[in-house]
Amino acid sequence: MDRRKFLVQMAQAFGASIVGGTVLTGFVKENQDKPLALRPPGALNESDFIKTCIRCGLCVEACKNRKNPYVESGQKVITLKLGAPGDKVPVGTPYFVARTGPCFMCDDIPCMNACPSGALTPEKCKNSKGEVAIDYARMGIAVIDPNTCIAFWGLQCAACYRACPEIDKAITIEWKENKRTGKHAYRIPVVHGNYCTGCGMCEKACVTEKPAIKVLPREVAMGKVSDRYVKGWSKKDQERVKKASTTTTTKTKRSELNPIKNLNRGVKWDE
Amino acid sequence: MSNLIKNNRYLILRRVIQIVILFLFFAANKWGWNILVGSLSTSKMFDTIPLSDPYAVIQMFFAGAVISSDLILGFLIVVAFYGLIAGRAFCSWVCPVNMITDLAGWLRRKLKIDEYGKRQLLLPHQFKYWFALVILIVSAITGTAAFEYINPVGILTRGVIFSMGFGWTWIVAIFLFDLFVMKNGWCSYVCPLGATYSIIGSKSVVKVLHNKDKCTACGNCFKVCPEVHVLENVINKKSGFITGIECRNCGRCIEVCYDEALKFNLKNFVKGVEK
Repeated sequence: MDRRKFLVQMAQAFGASIVGGTVLTGFVKENQDKPLALRPPGALNESDFIKTCIRCGLCVEACKNRKNPYVESGQKVITLKLGAPGDKVPVGTPYFVARTGPCFMCDDIPCMNACPSGALTPEKCKNSKGEVAIDYARMGIAVIDPNTCIAFWGLQCAACYRACPEIDKAITIEWKENKRTGKHAYRIPVVHGNYCTGCGMCEKACVTEKPAIKVLPREVAMGKVSDRYVKGWSKKDQERVKKASTTTTTKTKRSELNPIKNLNRGVKWDE
Repeated sequence: MSNLIKNNRYLILRRVIQIVILFLFFAANKWGWNILVGSLSTSKMFDTIPLSDPYAVIQMFFAGAVISSDLILGFLIVVAFYGLIAGRAFCSWVCPVNMITDLAGWLRRKLKIDEYGKRQLLLPHQFKYWFALVILIVSAITGTAAFEYINPVGILTRGVIFSMGFGWTWIVAIFLFDLFVMKNGWCSYVCPLGATYSIIGSKSVVKVLHNKDKCTACGNCFKVCPEVHVLENVINKKSGFITGIECRNCGRCIEVCYDEALKFNLKNFVKGVEK
């Protein structure tokens, strides 16, 4: 084969592969970002997770074939599923749907321990002392819609509270006066993010037609406080801002004067 | 009947192996068997030996993932097996998509598409290597193993083991692509996984040996070979091994050769023939 033919064919093959590559880039970008996927316990944060998960399904099988599967009307309730094309997760990655198959929080965390790639890791299932337990998993966080939660109407419910494996820690019930009747109480469920594992038991138990309490990935549901705000009454929170990176201060016309002078501006003094 | 079996012995064996592997994966999920658990991207054999898809691991590396020791070990085992022994055998003995594309190829021959049909879409064979390379770059750009989003091997295996979803569209697309658009299109020209295994298996020991003295140039092997170009420089030209790295060691040429001019042999252990 002469050199020109060789080079032209190579350029052609390379060019054609770029066509494939650009289309694929668009396709992957479109499909890699599915922020509503609930991941198994111990999952890395989403962007690292889709990097590291090799899509083998070992976690799904460990979940399905766990020692004490939960059986509901004769059917094993399976938590983890592997994303197929058309599911709302990147294809081949594990996820669960809290309403139909919440995480049962097995003590031995079989899914996490089955992971060969490190996409599920005990590092993400630890408390501050370094102890690994399913209670320290942070798969998501429960979020309540006060419009449709019947406890906010004044009806007695607390189904989510009673279903919660971290009862009285992740969900508590707060009493409030019902001014409409003047003699009843609202018993309002409140979710506490530092205990909620995101297992989804509350969402499964919720009595409304569409659940009024839902588990969402923490990345989606939670805000983030900058170093500017601090709980002045909490020593622990003050630790947080000790290494504050922000040095900006707000400057307005008022701050040209010191506070006292500013407050006293225009005050007429007795001579 | 016995002739039918003899003339398809490798084909039958390949189908049995492909289906048994799929079945073991399926049984692992369904009934908790632990002979072969996982899927073709990564699996565990007998609860101990890890096996990993080498191309997926390379993509993850390019995407910037931290590769765990299990995956590295699985990668090395697979690369050692195909690199030292089996050649590109993954494509014809393990990969389930091969069953789809072989069916398309067979139907294509029966429908005489290449005789009467429109000239097929042409791509050079080297396309798949470039594509494999470009996908590594795409993995680096997107920060995730990019081919795994469209990998029909993964989608079909996971479809059988776990759930298919809309994965069937990929399978139908590849079947029709091979049948109407391009002869042996997916496996020979496009699949970057096949490109990876071609490179991995290029120096393997098991290869097909040709004996020119017995060859009557009947052309049967050319009709069935899915990578015909690997035969072109050898058949009826010289005695020696089929050394083209794209040979899948499927053994179809051996079965259809009634002159017995082709057989599997171990490359490094046969003396006196060109290697």
